[in-house]
Amino acid sequence: MNFLIASLITFLAASVFSLLSRGEKPKILFSCFGVVVGSLLGLLPAVQILSGEGSLGEMWFSGIPGLTLALGVDALSAFFLAAIFFLSILISIYSIGYLKGETRLISSYPFFPVLVGAMAAVVMARDGFLFLICWEVMSLASYFLVSVEHDSREVRYAGWIYLIATHLATAFLMVFFILLWKNSGSFLFEDALRRLPLSPSLAGMLFVFAVIGFGTKAGLFPFHVWLPHAHPAAPSPISALMSGVMIKTGIYGILRTLTLVGGPELWWGGLLMILGMLSIVLGILYAFVQEDIKRLLAYSSVENIGIITVAIGLGVMGLAWPNPWIATLGFAGALFHIWNHALFKGILFLSAGNVVRTAHTRQMSLLGGLLKPMPVTGALFFVASAAICGFPLFNGFISEWLIYLGLFQGGQDFNHFSLFLAVAGVVALAFAGGLAIAVFSKAFGVIFLGNCRNRDITKITEVPASMQIPILILGLLSLGIGFVPQMIWGPILLTVQSLHTGFAIEATTIVDSLATISRIVAGIVGGAAVLFLIRYWILRKKPVRLSVTWDCGYIHPTPRMQYGAASFAEPISTFFKPLLKPILHSKHFTEYYGDLAEERFFVPLFKKTTRFFSLLRRLQKSQTQDYLALMFVTLILLLLWEVWFGI
Amino acid sequence: MEFDPVLWGLHLFLLLVAPPFFLGVIAKTKGWFVGRNGPPLLQLYYDLFKLFRKGAVYSKTTSSIFRMAPAAIFILLIFAGLFLPIGGAALLYFRGDIILFAYLLGFTRFLLILAAMDTGSSFEGMGASREVTFGALSELAFFLLLVVLVVTTGALSLNGIFQWESLHSTFKPVFLLLFFSFFLILLTENSRIPIDDPATHLELTMIHEVMILDTSGPDLGFILYGASIKLFLFMTFAVSLLWPQTGGWSWFSLGFFLLKILGVAVAIGVVESSNARLRLIKIPQLLIANFVVTIFALLVAIFGRAL
Repeated sequence: MNFLIASLITFLAASVFSLLSRGEKPKILFSCFGVVVGSLLGLLPAVQILSGEGSLGEMWFSGIPGLTLALGVDALSAFFLAAIFFLSILISIYSIGYLKGETRLISSYPFFPVLVGAMAAVVMARDGFLFLICWEVMSLASYFLVSVEHDSREVRYAGWIYLIATHLATAFLMVFFILLWKNSGSFLFEDALRRLPLSPSLAGMLFVFAVIGFGTKAGLFPFHVWLPHAHPAAPSPISALMSGVMIKTGIYGILRTLTLVGGPELWWGGLLMILGMLSIVLGILYAFVQEDIKRLLAYSSVENIGIITVAIGLGVMGLAWPNPWIATLGFAGALFHIWNHALFKGILFLSAGNVVRTAHTRQMSLLGGLLKPMPVTGALFFVASAAICGFPLFNGFISEWLIYLGLFQGGQDFNHFSLFLAVAGVVALAFAGGLAIAVFSKAFGVIFLGNCRNRDITKITEVPASMQIPILILGLLSLGIGFVPQMIWGPILLTVQSLHTGFAIEATTIVDSLATISRIVAGIVGGAAVLFLIRYWILRKKPVRLSVTWDCGYIHPTPRMQYGAASFAEPISTFFKPLLKPILHSKHFTEYYGDLAEERFFVPLFKKTTRFFSLLRRLQKSQTQDYLALMFVTLILLLLWEVWFGI
Repeated sequence: MEFDPVLWGLHLFLLLVAPPFFLGVIAKTKGWFVGRNGPPLLQLYYDLFKLFRKGAVYSKTTSSIFRMAPAAIFILLIFAGLFLPIGGAALLYFRGDIILFAYLLGFTRFLLILAAMDTGSSFEGMGASREVTFGALSELAFFLLLVVLVVTTGALSLNGIFQWESLHSTFKPVFLLLFFSFFLILLTENSRIPIDDPATHLELTMIHEVMILDTSGPDLGFILYGASIKLFLFMTFAVSLLWPQTGGWSWFSLGFFLLKILGVAVAIGVVESSNARLRLIKIPQLLIANFVVTIFALLVAIFGRAL
């Protein structure tokens, strides 16, 4: 525990020193190295716990009477801590290269250690009060990092949406923790567990509040509206951190809630699965029609959060049935996918950052052929694309395999509505699988393959090594987990067992299957190597010529004639036109895909709210006395309420 | 999964040697329908032999992805073939290998699309865009089909599904529906008429053929050889749906199996001869209709289980 406290203090100190220091160099050094040191300090105990050395005891701070602030780390916290700290180390190394010349970003970078520290504290908090404090610090720190380039109207708008979304989420969480406190008389998580059981209706209500509150942070449909705005606006390392680990704190919240509100009911799992499937299907569809690479990746995050949520929902249904085998598969698949997504989404956002940095545009249709000038970035983007599509050889396959296996098992063992949900889950995942191939062959193909579509973009070179190495490490890890998946099965099973005491399942068959997959992957790589040798041997003595691409005899081909992002997506976007509702700007020859949840739900909702609150605006008279009178009346009313009802 | 050299040898022999022959059978059938002789049955072997002795021409635009994809696609298809029971039991199996099988095929599609986009040709980009659309829609039906198989047979590996661990009786209505659905998936995935025309030479109408316009020499060999293996795998899958192999390996069952595959090949030839290629805009509708057929199969399976 001392290590973790030291790590939190390091983050705080790094932020303060970075804020106080003058000049760009020391600011960068304090914030980035502070995060590296702090994360290394924190990674040590997290890894220790995950290797099975038992959870760390809790620490208590009680100053204010009636309120105790507690920190503690169990396997679930350690699982998320490992991801947070590991990704933060790599992102801060990446930032050292990325920050050069970004004056405005540098002056906001003291918030970076605060964000990392707050994320760590969120998963370590052991009472509702501290949790909410850390949660707010995390949201605000990330808000300041998102709206760095605040001279652009889009960025201000994105920041505004993010701020509103995250505070609405917090409002639900406040209600959640206050209701919990009312029931048990203490904010401590431990006491919430001790004073069970809650009445089923109260537990259900708490669960729904938690899903709304945490789901907004995680980016679950329909609460995902802030993601596609915030990610293109934020600087790339911050997008990577937010998409890689920050939105996972929402998932952590849902998992933690399951341990707080008692034995789950079947419909909780159903609710999670339905929201997850909506996120999967709509997330991947919207991702496919995007032009902006970072907006595409943001929607892909919505899809992946959907996959994780479906898996958690399956696990909850497994608990409720009860069917420990399905529950294990569901939760293990969800946790595995959390780590995997942190890895490959980290790669994707960081390498997209490299592209944006060198080409100065996020529009895919202006790019092309970047694999040759940027071989390392391109190769890693390929690895991450293949991993996120879930192909064998890469880590993404293993988690999707576990989730599919659970869903198929659900198809065999469940009945009634659960059976329907399990089958629908398979269909949603298959839909996303097919479209993920489309999304990432489009992203990789349009950006990195072919010829560059814009003649103005010249002199593209590979980024400096400090921006390559962190991505390279992530890529190697992604391949490594794909090769030897049984390597991290231990920590995952440990975390699954910590979620619920009822898991006494021997998952040896899974370990055997993972070992088989590992051998098959090795076989494929070996076989491919042999075939490449044969091919090389055939072509060694034969004439090999270079020529132009076959253009059907056309005399003057230009790179603009290549299939671009929009034309590649055309068949599917035409097929789903009634759902996607593109807005055409014939003046600029552009097409814009608004978001269903945003335009059909949130915009009308906020318009109605504005109309309602305009009634209250009459009370607004810019005189101090009036405001004092209003405050007085409010306090009297609260007092009366307290006297009559008692909170 | 003990190592049985006879089984391995037979399986690999069938997987590596037999497939091009059945493309010859399809071509012969189509030739017979239009009153011609058709190419020799062994034509693809001659083509492959020729291609593997040739040099190659590469576009200046292409990168290493274009050069590595054909061989990688080939090896992925071979490994997918190890999970399917061909002569006797499958060579490799474990709980959940159906997902690995589907994703190995998906990986080949991804690589083929990237190789096409690597040339920077607008035609190949067009082919890639179509392939990705129809592939996504047919994958939807394929996974639902896997669900139906898993629900009806209670197994989670291809080997178990096709009768080597548990038994399922042939000619249940579920399997008839599944066979119909899978036959359409077969036509889509292997770019046959009515989805795609493998014989066309008009770039604008092609899907699969247009994606390999720039591939030449041994790389084209790998692609064509791989395509024949993929067709063989799908034909085996279709045959096993309708009429699975029973018992262990014997010369009789082997000959019987090859006869059944021959029947499917002739059926493909008949379908190709008696249909015109669909308009591209109609293909998604056909594939969604196919998905609906699979849903019917699922309902039949579930109600059958409840009784």
